[in-house]
Amino acid sequence: MTVGHDHQPGWIGEALAQHEQAQHEQAQHEQAQHEQAQHEQVEAGRRTQLPLADREQQVLDRIDRARRRRPKVREERVTMSHGSGGKATHTLIEAVFLDAFRNPLLEPLEDAAELAVAGGRIALTTDSYVVSPLFFPGGDIGDLAVNGTVNDLSVAGATPLYLSAGFILEEGFGVADLNRVVESMRDAAAAAGVQVVTGDTKVVQKGKADGCYINTAGVGLIERDVSLGVARARPGDAVIVSGPIGDHGVTIMLARGELDIEADVVSDTAPLNGLVAGLLDAVPGVRAMRDATRGGVATILNEIARAADVGVLAVEDDIPVRPEVRGAAELLGIDPMYVACEGRLVAVVPGEDADRAVAALRAHPLGAQAAVIGRVRAEQPGIVQLKTAFGGTRIVDLLVGDPLPRIC
Amino acid sequence: MRFVDEFRDADKAHALAAKIAALCEPGRQYKLMEVCGGHTHTIYKHGLEDYLPEPVTLVHGPGCPVCVIPMGRVDDAIHLASQPDVIMTSFGDMMRVPGSGGSFFDANAEGTTIRMVYSPLDSLKIARQNPGKQVVFMAIGFETTTPSTAMTMLRAAAEGLANFSVFCNHVTIIPAIKAILDSPDLRLDGFIGPGHVSTVIGCRPYEFIARDYGKPVVVAGFEPLDILQSIYLLMLQLAQGRSQVENQYSRVVPWDGNPVALKAIGETMELRPYFEWRGLGFISHSALQVREKYAGMDAERLFQVPGVRVADPKACQCGEVLKGVLKPWECKVFGTACTPETPIGTCMVSPEGACAAYYNFGRMNRTRVAEAEVARS
Repeated sequence: MTVGHDHQPGWIGEALAQHEQAQHEQAQHEQAQHEQAQHEQVEAGRRTQLPLADREQQVLDRIDRARRRRPKVREERVTMSHGSGGKATHTLIEAVFLDAFRNPLLEPLEDAAELAVAGGRIALTTDSYVVSPLFFPGGDIGDLAVNGTVNDLSVAGATPLYLSAGFILEEGFGVADLNRVVESMRDAAAAAGVQVVTGDTKVVQKGKADGCYINTAGVGLIERDVSLGVARARPGDAVIVSGPIGDHGVTIMLARGELDIEADVVSDTAPLNGLVAGLLDAVPGVRAMRDATRGGVATILNEIARAADVGVLAVEDDIPVRPEVRGAAELLGIDPMYVACEGRLVAVVPGEDADRAVAALRAHPLGAQAAVIGRVRAEQPGIVQLKTAFGGTRIVDLLVGDPLPRIC
Repeated sequence: MRFVDEFRDADKAHALAAKIAALCEPGRQYKLMEVCGGHTHTIYKHGLEDYLPEPVTLVHGPGCPVCVIPMGRVDDAIHLASQPDVIMTSFGDMMRVPGSGGSFFDANAEGTTIRMVYSPLDSLKIARQNPGKQVVFMAIGFETTTPSTAMTMLRAAAEGLANFSVFCNHVTIIPAIKAILDSPDLRLDGFIGPGHVSTVIGCRPYEFIARDYGKPVVVAGFEPLDILQSIYLLMLQLAQGRSQVENQYSRVVPWDGNPVALKAIGETMELRPYFEWRGLGFISHSALQVREKYAGMDAERLFQVPGVRVADPKACQCGEVLKGVLKPWECKVFGTACTPETPIGTCMVSPEGACAAYYNFGRMNRTRVAEAEVARS
């Protein structure tokens, strides 16, 4: 039995239709270009097909236009890919949430929104935590929930002040575990110098949640005269990470116990407000900061490239990765560039301030291994390239789906 | 990192690039096929093509196990997974492969339970934990993964586990290579042989390529220097007018393969009369099915599998890409309708697929290293 292919089912048909329309819109333009090129060749006395490199360039240009098209969620239902921090997440955020809530404060899609209130500036952010397992080497869902929100405020240039905490608990969840989580939140809040000042509790039936989910929101005060945002990156700027990448994500993958791999790695969950303060003291002209959570450093580099319409060239040899993390990632067939951190930031600073910024970060214990990992450049806007340790170059795109291990 | 960094040494790469460039005869083009998807992935991940002189081009072969699974088999798998009390297990690569009505991810969103496993043995763990459910392992892959499926079946039989079965989609590489060699629209000068497959089948099965078709074969490892050295060995054979099977990956690949693994495969599986390959069509004796003796572990015997044949979308040119006739970017829908996010063809799904590798890592004008430039002058 054969299913006819004239009417493709579902989204494939839709994708093809969309593709054809886009092709059609481009057709005249390309036809004109082609005729022009042919005309020039005839003029030159040799009528040949366009050279291979030029045809490839045409295709690349077309892909570039396709990438800039308005995102659209094609799936009928939410899949796990929509939560991975990669392309599908971006599409969901832009096509569903941003589309519905669109306003100038939300539009930059920074880690925290910057609000003008009674003559001052405050930053507001929120984040939900569903990590599994709840307890892992180096931390648990409690300190993660505090540090994550503290960090989202910190990289917005704000001094984190107050947090809310919302709990969704599954029927049957151990009170001893809940106490452990909450004590860990208390300690993390004290370490970061913030207070949990409001909260909410809901209990759902067994099987409707996985033990304990936490949402935290936070407000912070922007006292400094800074304006931060990835769209501010300029050619010549330096891109810095504050320490070795991928620790948290690899720790969680191993802690799930599905892999039978043991490695001496712990989560890097930590509050970054002290580190950020040191950096901003030394380099007030910092262009942008992001904490490298879901999607990892690669995702942030892509956000920089797109928001500022610049190219980013990173150097694999300069990116700090612990050998244990590199080893585990190598075995799992995943790239540490895409693995989440919970206590690392990526900063963009003017090129001339790079050394001062690295020195300021290294002066703090959490930034001891800070390093310049790349440069912003005018060439290939929107694209992140990596100079590999092997000596070649490749593109580092947004992640598609979960970081799935390869099978061979 | 020991045992890895040694095989990614840029200085050695520069030296090999110069030797490869020096072997290029003026005016001659060299097309070499890396059969295995793992090689394609390495080539793009490390930017290896920057080291190759312009006359040397790599053609990405059919050795990505996910990419050759036709849509109909994905639909059949989703049909199996949606039977009552079935848990399906699958390698992660399979999860995003589109069937006609969506992928495993989409099926899960609709209510099936398809779990990602890292080893087929994990399926046994799930079967033990869920005695009331039938655990069906979606078995895919070339000779590389077949032994682990076979060993899992033998283990299940030894344990007397009654609720584990296999939906067998294992394929074998030699008939596919032969189909490519026999295809009239192809010009290849040599093959980079699949290293992992060869750890199981050894190097002998490739001898017909060198003997009957006059094409050199070098079985290669998976680090970038392995591949670069294999390209050098192929170029050397071509320069000297030889066509032989050579083993660059001798630190892992025994010339005669792995007899224990081959025995386990032979015990549990047998060749199918024919099997459909995505883009390549039906190839006879190119895939495996569960032997009668293990019928109780064969999902195709336990359940009614619809066996629907779904034609590839017309615009999709996976077949030409798999055969190396088209470069990924030459496909009509590449990068516009077909992207890693919404793959139409399977070559766009797995990171080992030629199209996904090119889209993710290689979408740029290459700047060649100085040593590779030498050949042009």
